[in-house]
Amino acid sequence: MAKTNLAPEIGPTARSRGSSDSWLRRNRQTLAPWLFLAPGVIFFLFYVIFPILQSFNLSFYRWDGLGDPQFIGMDNYRELMDDRAFEVSMWNNLKWLLLYLLAIPAGLFIALFLNQTVTGIRLYKSLFFFPFVISQVVVGLVFSWFYDPTFGLLNQVLGWVGLGPLNVLGDPTLVTYGIIAAGLWPQTAYCMILYLTGLNAVDPEQVEAARLDGAKGAKMLWYVIIPQLRPATFVAFVVTIIGALRSFDLISIMTNGGPFGSSRVLSFYMFEKALSEYGFRMGYGAAIAVVLFLIMLCFIAYFLWSMYQDDKGAR
Amino acid sequence: MFPKPIQNSSRGWQATYQALVPAALILWLLPLIAVAIFSVKPDVDFTTGNYWGMPSSFEGASNYGKVFFGSDMPRYLMNSVLITVPTVIGAVALSCMTGFALGVYKFRGNLLLFFMFVAGNFVPFQILMVPVRDLTLDLGLYNTKTGLVLFHIAFQTGFCTLFMRNFIRALPFELIEAARVEGVAEWRIFWYVVLPLMKPAIAALAVLIFTFIWNDYFWAVVLTQGAESQPVTAGITSFNAQYRAAYHLMSAGSIVAALPPVAMFFLMQRHFIAGLTLGAVK
Repeated sequence: MAKTNLAPEIGPTARSRGSSDSWLRRNRQTLAPWLFLAPGVIFFLFYVIFPILQSFNLSFYRWDGLGDPQFIGMDNYRELMDDRAFEVSMWNNLKWLLLYLLAIPAGLFIALFLNQTVTGIRLYKSLFFFPFVISQVVVGLVFSWFYDPTFGLLNQVLGWVGLGPLNVLGDPTLVTYGIIAAGLWPQTAYCMILYLTGLNAVDPEQVEAARLDGAKGAKMLWYVIIPQLRPATFVAFVVTIIGALRSFDLISIMTNGGPFGSSRVLSFYMFEKALSEYGFRMGYGAAIAVVLFLIMLCFIAYFLWSMYQDDKGAR
Repeated sequence: MFPKPIQNSSRGWQATYQALVPAALILWLLPLIAVAIFSVKPDVDFTTGNYWGMPSSFEGASNYGKVFFGSDMPRYLMNSVLITVPTVIGAVALSCMTGFALGVYKFRGNLLLFFMFVAGNFVPFQILMVPVRDLTLDLGLYNTKTGLVLFHIAFQTGFCTLFMRNFIRALPFELIEAARVEGVAEWRIFWYVVLPLMKPAIAALAVLIFTFIWNDYFWAVVLTQGAESQPVTAGITSFNAQYRAAYHLMSAGSIVAALPPVAMFFLMQRHFIAGLTLGAVK
């Protein structure tokens, strides 16, 4: 890209130019997109694309972040294979992936519940959406008070029905489920909004026709409504999966990976290895990040592929 | 409409529904309601074990006063504003241009570049963490608001481009062609024809990005430390360490931190939802 001699084209003086003007004029439709793209693309390459490649590269090195990186080939990955904490993180990631998807049916349920026209329903809908707008840091704090073994509301309620006490965040077998439950709260709100918008676009004539044919309730939902909600389900699926794999804030706030590292996921474990008091193992951290990236890449590829299919249909 | 309009069902069910909705809402927002109540309780309620009962006295003014005048909270809030606002402006400006280029022109690699933005936007943060942190250190921007802003702009441009490009594609293309026939320069088409039509998209992205950046925690921890430059999400955690058992102050702080995006959402609700549900309606 010969940037400098193209600059006048977008400048205010473009019109008052001499003979070179005609060449620019003829080619401006080929040049213009690159000028518009340049700042965004350069920025993005610099801060997003190159760092990805650098992380891949770094994962073959041993580096404490200060001295000279030392090339060790696949050693980081070999070490990952025997790393118990890595295994725990993987399993927890899987739990997150599967259970986080519950946000989709839960969101659909709430959307169906609220999809009525009664006075004040718009306000109700937006209040239901509230948890999504709030920072996960705040959500994490609130839920850790909710779970608190000495005064938490959860144990109070369990006490009323004769159960408990339960120390959710202190119990290695329960802790991940407890954090996921906290994460489901805002995520369900998000899916609800997606479905509310989707329900607005459902074709009323088809619903009426199905009703005349005697379909109602669950049958109507399954055969008539849900197929029409496909775009909403697709977006909900993508954002929920990405959200599950990105989960970091809640874990960091609620348990900091504990107890005994039992609530770590890959994104948290990577951070811990690379940037915490346990040592600055940048290369090892990068290797964990690469694994996480490759898992996410499957979903990204699926998303891009279906966008591509859509795009072929458009003009 | 599905489910069946409530107006067509029996009076009994209508009344039940009217009562069910607020009840469900209270249950749904219980954690937040609890924090709101915590934030107006006096300290003594927590030492005497009155966690979930009514406040024994109303201490809202003094609790929030302490947050505002007796802690670093105002600085953190200010930092959040100084990080969030430039990011919103930068990311929206850049993505208007990239979105225009990708949405209007046909050229080789168009779709490839577009997919680069989209894919980059979904990447796990951790794969960027070490290199971006080093880059920021090398640029001398570690622990500055500028360092955080620059990264956020670059990363958010990915998502914004996805949105802008799709929005521009849905605009009537004839407008642009008509302008071209008139011999209008490309940048003028962008500025005078397309940009005015993009106002709804710009509004939607502005509120959405505002919320995302305001609520960001990960990059705040990775790229900054201390009250000097950290935003309120990171501030609230150091607040947590400082006032470990002062639940009333913690709650007041959390509410203060949560308020700007909530206010933003309520003011710009329609746009916000339009942005979030992009692609969810066909």
